[in-house]
Amino acid sequence: MRLGFFVKEAYRALSRNAAPSLAAMLTILLTALVLGVFIPIVQATTSAADQVRSRVIVNVYLASDVSPADKLALRQRIERTPNVERVEYVSKEEALAQERRRHPKAGWELLGSNPLPDTFRVTPVDPDRVQEIVDALYPVGADGRRHGAVPAIDEVRNREQDTKKILSATSIVKVLAAGLAGLLVFASIALVANTIRLSIFARRREVEVMRLVGATNWFIRWPFVIEGMLVGLMGGVLAVLLLWIVKDTFLDPLSDRFALVSLPHTISFPALAAVLLGSCVAVSAIGSGVTLRRFLRV
Amino acid sequence: MAATETEIRARDRAGARAAGAPRPDVPVVELKDVTKVYDGGSVGLDHVSLRIGRGEFVFLVGPTGCGKSTCIRLLMRELLPSSGEVFIAGRDIGRIPSKRVPHLRRNIGVVFQDYKLLPNRTVYANVAYSLEVIGESRQSIRRKVPDILRLVGLSTKLHAYPDELSGGEQQRVSIARAFVNHPPLLLADEPTGNLDPETSIGIMQLIYRINRTGTTVIVATHDKEMVDKMRRRVIELDGGRIVRDELSGLYRPDESTREFAIRLRGEMGVGDEGNPN
Ligand SMILES: Nc1ncnc2c1ncn2[C@@H]1O[C@H](COP(=O)(O)OP(=O)(O)O)[C@@H](O)[C@H]1O
Ligand SMILES: [Mg+2]
Repeated sequence: MRLGFFVKEAYRALSRNAAPSLAAMLTILLTALVLGVFIPIVQATTSAADQVRSRVIVNVYLASDVSPADKLALRQRIERTPNVERVEYVSKEEALAQERRRHPKAGWELLGSNPLPDTFRVTPVDPDRVQEIVDALYPVGADGRRHGAVPAIDEVRNREQDTKKILSATSIVKVLAAGLAGLLVFASIALVANTIRLSIFARRREVEVMRLVGATNWFIRWPFVIEGMLVGLMGGVLAVLLLWIVKDTFLDPLSDRFALVSLPHTISFPALAAVLLGSCVAVSAIGSGVTLRRFLRV
Repeated sequence: MAATETEIRARDRAGARAAGAPRPDVPVVELKDVTKVYDGGSVGLDHVSLRIGRGEFVFLVGPTGCGKSTCIRLLMRELLPSSGEVFIAGRDIGRIPSKRVPHLRRNIGVVFQDYKLLPNRTVYANVAYSLEVIGESRQSIRRKVPDILRLVGLSTKLHAYPDELSGGEQQRVSIARAFVNHPPLLLADEPTGNLDPETSIGIMQLIYRINRTGTTVIVATHDKEMVDKMRRRVIELDGGRIVRDELSGLYRPDESTREFAIRLRGEMGVGDEGNPN
């Protein structure tokens, strides 16, 4: 019975306060759309970045003619280096075989001898701190150039360049998405707050009477909170509907044909819809709350 | 006949002898050295002390700006005193937590010069609304609203909107709203300020009638003529100070509301065209 009263009052207020409610609803709709597009994209790029990270390795190339004892000693030294997860030995013969498999038509027969060195492949614990391993095994000497920490090391390399590019691209996507979403969330809160402020103004007689006859604070506030949440919910539902239409008519047919389009490791649509609706209601509740705190005191 | 009306008629007849008897020794309202200075620096009340007993009918008079409305607003805790204490039924209302304020207000009916009715709701809905917002059940609303509207003489206008009513009728709706839960205290700030003398007498008669049920009534007004004729206790303010407090010897506790109205009409020189009730 109470709930019926609140919803009835909220609806009355909404219909009398249509323009600002519409503006707030459209902003929330936009926010939800942006979130709905960016959440899967950020997830996909994050998982791509994680894959790149897991492929980060450091190659320690050995000098020629290193004795087996020295190799063992070097292996132990590498294993003791901080941030090293795993060390794998690849002999020059294996390396050549791998290269041949990877590029079968490269004309390896033209090479008289095997140019590839024996190699330790080092997997780091934390791919973002791979440089530490390089610095430990291949430090910068007094002449400003790098030298092997022990004579057995000829050179140390990692695929730092590539990795950095991909990782910074993903973080740009993330920062952009977060910035845009942040701005839109802020705008939504502000517009809901404004809607509720106008609604309080439009209903100031009611509020005055309610105070006069001794309605409790929450009895006065609930209709406004519900009004705000209805605005948020409508925006959210519309956004979910639009996203679903786009997904159903464009993305799904595409992803049947191209594996690329079906984003792996991303949130399922029902979960996404729930997240969006939840955030819309939360945003509008915050918006109404802000105004009620400012304008509706006993 | 409705329960409320029966009850009130009965109390009316019993008059001073029944539960509604004034007991000036039991203070319902007490101001102790109350000063109210507004933010802008203007003085609303200036060291005012007064006691109003249960069942009393008190006029608060004085020129515009003397502090009548300030006093009313302090009593309904819309304002807090700058210094001093305001007691209602023995409780310092400056000290009750703000969460309890709504419950205080449920025990105080308030009537204003401008009625404060909701223009887009009918007479019935206006009174029902004030019960809805304090969480009354639909059942009791359906029982109480027609009853109180009959008491104020508006049972034929339940579905009229405020702008379809005369000023006096609108004020009756606002009195119905203030009294629908039978609060022990009724405050009225210039209730006849917008009304002609004949209509004013009807409103005063209604308020007097409410007082006869045992409700303590405080009426702020600058209608000096009406006050003088009514022969009740008068507290006069000037510049926020009490300049007169006549515990009027003119008080006639056994006067019925009908006799009261007839006398008032006679003394104010307005013809008696018959009592609407
Ligand atoms: N909200 C307010 N802010 C500042 N001053 C006020 C306010 N309300 C009343 N006053 C001042 O307090 C004094 C008493 O006003 P009020 O109680 O309204 O008088 P009355 O109702 O007797 O006409 C006046 O000087 C008035 O200007
Ligand atoms: Mg006034």
